[in-house]
Amino acid sequence: MKYVDEFRNKDIAKKLAKEIANEADASRQYNLMEFCGGHTHAIFRYGVQDLMPDNVHFVHGPGCPVCVLPIPRIDNAIELAEQGAIVCTYGDMMRVPASKKNSLIKAKAAGSDIRMVYSTQDVLKIAQDNPNREVVFFAIGFETTTPPTAVAIKIAAAKELKNFSVFCNHVLTPAAIQHILQSPEVRELGEVHIDGFYGPSHVSSIIGSAPYDYFANEFQKPVVIAGFEPLDVMQSTLMLIRQINEGRFEVENEYTRVVTPNGNEKAQAIVSEVFELRRSFEWRGLGDVPYSALKIKSEFSEFDAERRFVVSKSTGKDVKGCECPAILRGVKKPTDCKLFGTICTPDNPMGSCMVSSEGSCAAYWSYGRFRLDMAKDKSLEAAQ
Amino acid sequence: MCLALPAKIVELRETDNAIVSLEGVKKEISLALVADAKVGDYVLVHVGYALNTISPEEAEKTLALMAEMSSPDLNSLPFPNDLKGS
Ligand code: SF4
Repeated sequence: MKYVDEFRNKDIAKKLAKEIANEADASRQYNLMEFCGGHTHAIFRYGVQDLMPDNVHFVHGPGCPVCVLPIPRIDNAIELAEQGAIVCTYGDMMRVPASKKNSLIKAKAAGSDIRMVYSTQDVLKIAQDNPNREVVFFAIGFETTTPPTAVAIKIAAAKELKNFSVFCNHVLTPAAIQHILQSPEVRELGEVHIDGFYGPSHVSSIIGSAPYDYFANEFQKPVVIAGFEPLDVMQSTLMLIRQINEGRFEVENEYTRVVTPNGNEKAQAIVSEVFELRRSFEWRGLGDVPYSALKIKSEFSEFDAERRFVVSKSTGKDVKGCECPAILRGVKKPTDCKLFGTICTPDNPMGSCMVSSEGSCAAYWSYGRFRLDMAKDKSLEAAQ
Repeated sequence: MCLALPAKIVELRETDNAIVSLEGVKKEISLALVADAKVGDYVLVHVGYALNTISPEEAEKTLALMAEMSSPDLNSLPFPNDLKGS
């Protein structure tokens, strides 16, 4: 596939690996956080970690939109379906555990009308085909997935689709990165040491590279916007190592084939026409993060499911023992969770991090990384 | 969730839609989010929408940058997992 295969070339990967090994200073550690689940997925799938010198570490961040959605919001979506609405959502959400061992897929099996869609266009069609039913789109995702929701709301307004609404859970990336950098774990306790960031690929294709300038300056951490293919991740690693070695903290862009400084201004304009900032939104693992999410503007309030229906203040909690919140902050690894691989597997996920292919637990499990880590931990224990 | 694939525009349709080809598979997507995309352009497709056009020049530059380094012993390192696949 064009623009994919070239960026998976083995020979260049070997060259880059060599270059990284040459430039990484053996006397220091490089802790590099990939914010995005897309990078986590690429790192595991292509075994990029195994091509890195021992002192280059990937710290997996909270950039999986399925993983960061708190349980009460999933409970709310199920409630909407139980009230009789057709609830539509992207496939990744279907198996995410809600509270009381429920999930959208289980609610569907129990009779609720919950439908998996590929695109917001599908939701509009379902609304048109079912004029006597309420059709709610359970919208999740970062800046990549927000513009398609905005387009759907605008079309619904233009077509006067009265039975369509959106349960909006769109969240913002820069706010979350900033929150991580300000968190006590990073600032005071020093539990998660981060030397640099891989900036998101597709999120940045919309928002551009400029929004990261602020925290590169403020927190003095280098950021390299990286594509999602293995060579992109490797090239970006090299760029981060160089910045760290030289004591620079700039925003650099490896993914120039898609990302520009200002991003996609047409998409941004559509988003700001339809959405505005929420004062605060709860993220699983991060808690309440100020100005980190979007809500539907009052001009489009008739399409806002939260105004149209009663959405309760659910207090649903994570399954006891699930370490997703700590894993999302980079404080723990999936193998630190007692349920990992025993009770919790992709076939029977206990937490969101095991559901989405971009979640750390699922990536650890699917690509067998945990076997290596467990072996390492064992030999460390034996050595002590 | 954030996965997006590069696809080539093969036909423009009415109301902002287009047919793209993804490894030979044709699919109708929306171009509502991109400005001036035309037949032959590659776009990044995510949940049925083109998020952006892909710049062929920039892709070339990045590949050239990756390839330009000192020439190492190409047989010294295995590439661990598979590099192909969907
Ligand atoms: S292994 Fe399962 S239970 Fe443990 S943190 Fe991951 S998702 Fe949660």
